[in-house]
Amino acid sequence: MNNSFIAALFVIVPVSTAFLISLLARFARRGYLYALSVFSSGSILLISFYALGVLPKSVNNILVYNIGGLASPFGISLVLDGLSVFMLVVVNLAAFFVSIYNIGYVDKHDDAPKFLTLFFMMLTGLNGVVITGDLFNLFVFLEVASIAGYALVCFRGGAEELEAAFKYAVMGSTGSAFIFIGIAFLYSFTSTLNMADMSRIIAMKEGIFVVPFVTVLFIMGFGLKAALAPFHAWLPDAHTSAPASISAMFSGVLIKALGVYTLARILFNVLGTTQALLSALTVLGAISILVSGVLAVLQWNMKRLFAYSSIGQIGYIFLGLGLGTPWGVFGAVFHIFQHSVAKSLLFLTAGSVDKSAHERDLREMSGLKEKMPVTAWASMIASMSLAGIPPLGAFFSKLIIIIACIQAGFYFYAFIAVIGSILTLAAMAKMQKFAFLGELREKFKNVKEASFAMRISIACLAGICVFGGLLLLPQLKPFIGNAAGVLLEGTKYSGLVLGAATK
Amino acid sequence: MTLYLLCLFLFCVGLYGVLRKRNIVKIIVGFAIMGYAMNLFFVMLGYKMHGRSPIAAIDQQVTNMVDTVPQELVHTSIVIGLGLTALLIAIAIKIYEKCGTFDITKIKRLKG
Repeated sequence: MNNSFIAALFVIVPVSTAFLISLLARFARRGYLYALSVFSSGSILLISFYALGVLPKSVNNILVYNIGGLASPFGISLVLDGLSVFMLVVVNLAAFFVSIYNIGYVDKHDDAPKFLTLFFMMLTGLNGVVITGDLFNLFVFLEVASIAGYALVCFRGGAEELEAAFKYAVMGSTGSAFIFIGIAFLYSFTSTLNMADMSRIIAMKEGIFVVPFVTVLFIMGFGLKAALAPFHAWLPDAHTSAPASISAMFSGVLIKALGVYTLARILFNVLGTTQALLSALTVLGAISILVSGVLAVLQWNMKRLFAYSSIGQIGYIFLGLGLGTPWGVFGAVFHIFQHSVAKSLLFLTAGSVDKSAHERDLREMSGLKEKMPVTAWASMIASMSLAGIPPLGAFFSKLIIIIACIQAGFYFYAFIAVIGSILTLAAMAKMQKFAFLGELREKFKNVKEASFAMRISIACLAGICVFGGLLLLPQLKPFIGNAAGVLLEGTKYSGLVLGAATK
Repeated sequence: MTLYLLCLFLFCVGLYGVLRKRNIVKIIVGFAIMGYAMNLFFVMLGYKMHGRSPIAAIDQQVTNMVDTVPQELVHTSIVIGLGLTALLIAIAIKIYEKCGTFDITKIKRLKG
């Protein structure tokens, strides 16, 4: 039986949920809308686990769905392979817990139906970017996710939110412009838009300028979406101003799906990598780690501290990818999962603190652990995981990246990675000390713990954070291993996808 | 070749507007110009002198066809650009309501 139609469901389900919510907004009560949002994000999560199950049984471990039945190089095809399925699980896991969290988080004053509609449009874009096998389709989904993101940053409509949203929109769409020009050059060079076919033609043709030029355009464009070090200026403002559940989506999955995944997919599988390109990625990653590590320690706003820490973690991912060795890429892919869980969790706990205590400045907080035990424990687990304390998830991914650096002979980068980890530990320890430990202040006497839905979502994410290291067990390892394998096979990707498409 | 260079010039005009102008509305206009340059560039890639649309007709041999794929893609890109411009203008109006100015050097609440 051909299972490839499930690829289309990842776009159909969220987009129809978005339209249903905006249609039903007039008639249905809010409770039903939340139930619909949790149900549909839960069902996409189940579908992505199902895809994970059926993938090993298919040809070349790849499922190709041709939209409208047009054969692969001509029509738009949706491609599910190891890396796409991995990203789908990461995206939809975060989306599911965030939509549970939304039940308690969205205020009575907020326009909940519009919020959920935009949320699901963003999810459509994220899923679409991950499953598409067509370069222009990728651009369209990227813009869908980005425009929904710009609108969500200024959802509360205050002056700071609007300023951050304008900044993000200007920088993000300049990045999109570079990506668009890159796609135009590639189309004129290869006369095709299918990524697998394009890779095949680039390997046959000899172009002196086009491929390096397009690579630079893509590093600028996708690097801006991923908030890599020289292009990171939009991220702290956007993450600080957005509602907490949206910050969690941004930091957890948006920068990874729109930036890291797309860049890795195009550079490794379509254009092919060179040593110079890989070392450029490592240098940018190392700069990200150092710059953001220092800046994160200096912050006093809780969400801004997390935002700067995100840039550093993206740096780790690029450092691992840039090594290009099996261990490096494996570590990078593993870190995508671990950081997504831990950073979503941190932003969600920051949201609970903001909602209960109405405070974001660390200097004004103290001793909230007494009043908000679940939030405090979850925040503690997530920050220890990110700082790399042994039994927790992100320790293993960072360790693999550092070992990969040493194996490849880059002792300097290994040193930078260790320094970055120490800086993260310092930033997280500062956050814990000022926010949750110490004596309770007088004005926080009446603070209540977050609502039930928020606590459930936070506790589940904390559980995943604790047991994340178990993904290294031999039974579960293919989940990460297949994803890294797709990147490592490089431009053989085209032959595998075209082979799977014709069967 | 001249056409492509003019296209690049138009793109640079737009980029100058985005990077150097202080007024939010002028930045948005810069964006629109950048979008025009991008779309023009892409649609020119498929253009052929005296070309016609690639539709087969009876008793006619189509020899000189334009590439229609870039036209489709630019069509999509124009729609995306419309959505983006509408959103940017909506944000600009809200910023004017909140801050009473269009000058980005005077709107500086976020720091660090």
